[in-house]
Amino acid sequence: MSNRLSLRGFLALSTLRTVNSLSRATGRGSGTVAGGRAGLAIYPKLLNDLSKNRQIILVSGTNGKTTTTALCVAGWGDKVCSNATGANMPAGHVAALSGSSSPHVVLETDEAWLPVVLEATNPRVVVLLNLSRDQLDRATEVRSIAERWRSALSKTAHDLVVVANANDPLVVYASESAKNIRWCNIETTWTSDAVSCPKCTQSIVRTSDSWSCVCGFTKPGCVASVSGNEVRIGDEMVQTSLSIPGQFNVGNAAMAATALDVLNIDPSKSLTSMKSVTGIAGRFTVRTWQGRKIHMLLAKNPAGFDALLESLNPGTDDVWIAINARIADGKDPSWLYDVSFEQLQGRKVWCLGERRLDLATRLDYANVTYEVVNDLNSLPKTSDTTELLANYTAFSDWMQRTTA
Amino acid sequence: MKIALIYPELLGTYGDYGNALALSQRSTRRGIDVDVMNVSINDELPDADLYLLGGGEDGPQRLAVDLLKKSSLKQRVANGAHVFAVCAGLQILGTSFCVEGNDAYEGLSLVEVETTRGSVRSVGELLSQVGENKLVGFENHGGVTTLSSGIEPLGTVLHGRGNNGHFDGFLSETIWATYAHGPVLAMNPWLCDVVIAKVTGNDLSPLKTAADLLYAERVTSLSSR
Repeated sequence: MSNRLSLRGFLALSTLRTVNSLSRATGRGSGTVAGGRAGLAIYPKLLNDLSKNRQIILVSGTNGKTTTTALCVAGWGDKVCSNATGANMPAGHVAALSGSSSPHVVLETDEAWLPVVLEATNPRVVVLLNLSRDQLDRATEVRSIAERWRSALSKTAHDLVVVANANDPLVVYASESAKNIRWCNIETTWTSDAVSCPKCTQSIVRTSDSWSCVCGFTKPGCVASVSGNEVRIGDEMVQTSLSIPGQFNVGNAAMAATALDVLNIDPSKSLTSMKSVTGIAGRFTVRTWQGRKIHMLLAKNPAGFDALLESLNPGTDDVWIAINARIADGKDPSWLYDVSFEQLQGRKVWCLGERRLDLATRLDYANVTYEVVNDLNSLPKTSDTTELLANYTAFSDWMQRTTA
Repeated sequence: MKIALIYPELLGTYGDYGNALALSQRSTRRGIDVDVMNVSINDELPDADLYLLGGGEDGPQRLAVDLLKKSSLKQRVANGAHVFAVCAGLQILGTSFCVEGNDAYEGLSLVEVETTRGSVRSVGELLSQVGENKLVGFENHGGVTTLSSGIEPLGTVLHGRGNNGHFDGFLSETIWATYAHGPVLAMNPWLCDVVIAKVTGNDLSPLKTAADLLYAERVTSLSSR
């Protein structure tokens, strides 16, 4: 790796490794982000240096980043360098790149950090999934993110390929400033953050398969599309059989395969390899708790929640939902009113987590049957697999409570 | 009761639909007929007893006020229609507010209230004393709002910032305005009932909902800080 690093970079990397081993030895962390932060403090260009002479794919968007990153890694094949779950800012990227010499890299990237990471890593491909409201108390409002992406992408070179979701007007607005774009026709059910046009703020008019505004801003023509489990990329049709559920994940896989196609990985090969992705940090897995089987579903914001609610098995009568409002979740649970919980009418919801009363109030007003669970021992026993939807820290709590 | 939810595509950033939902549910469960109309930016402002204005980002807020200036809202309020406004909606009702920087933008001037850009954003839980009751909610805005003399605030801030760290919102014969955004009427069942009673002229029977427990929990949690 020394061929990529300046002397100062080498010093920064040594510090990073020392911090990592100290951090692991003292039990304070997984030894990744802390080391990355220390390395960047000594040498701010460390991410630039570590990125040299590698083929890099960046994955960003509000929902599906972690999953799509994992799908890209699986589809690419052997020894792909990638960042640890959640470590999606430069310190995490530096940590990942310093820990691997692989020339093939996939980095999940926080939406707000994308402009900085784009400039530092000079990627071959950027995958832009979607943009919607998320944690408004600590993040920037979503339109200004789109504006910053647009500005950053307008400065990129022609050899950067942007793989972007054509059904999300905010993503299209952000991406169209790039010189080389592959649009994907991916089912996108959440439309509430782009009801008004990102260009002129007039109403966006939607039909079953397109959208447009009177100002002329409209859905672009696509090179890739999804229909059921079938993915089309260019002239190639591939029948997918992913191990993870949900129509939105077929969309994520199509975008991952489109990104890999840019790097000459054949879609039929990459999509077949993506079957090996079974669960990412517990997401979509079935775990055990007190003799029950729990299907672990992470949903952090309205768009994510709506997508999961729509993918619930129609036979499911009981649903467990756990809501917290810690810093990592966003401290404002107002977004519960942006989730279409009305579609749970006819089922019973068991309200869990620190903000279970916020959830119960939302469900009450939605005329959904609910029960507030103050004591976990009062949860019903069943031999069926229970669907558990939880937001970020509530999901972590249930990961600790349950076993594989 | 006819309720018009104004421009949810522009002023609907923070679960603002929750207020329309709470008003409609708390009325319907008491046998009061409710019609909630979503008013899109291409629609004429319909006749309604209560207009709801929600929160939104700068650009959409500017477009909303431009459209409302051309609409019949001012006339309808002069004729006795009610308004419940939060956050960006609150700012719109005043004489001026700030968007995209520190430049003043002309509001609807329904109330003699001016909003300037604060030195820091006000983000966090809000607790205020409104008459005998407490109001709980969440605020996330960059404004400092000054009321002209004679304009009554809605509440006195106990925790959080509101207009200026001392008072939250304002109140007139037919207008309620607060910085507690999104589903404030869902979280504060007593305030939702005050609005329904005032708009319909009905005496309301007591109603038990999950919101009672949530409200009690948030008041206790915030009062102890």
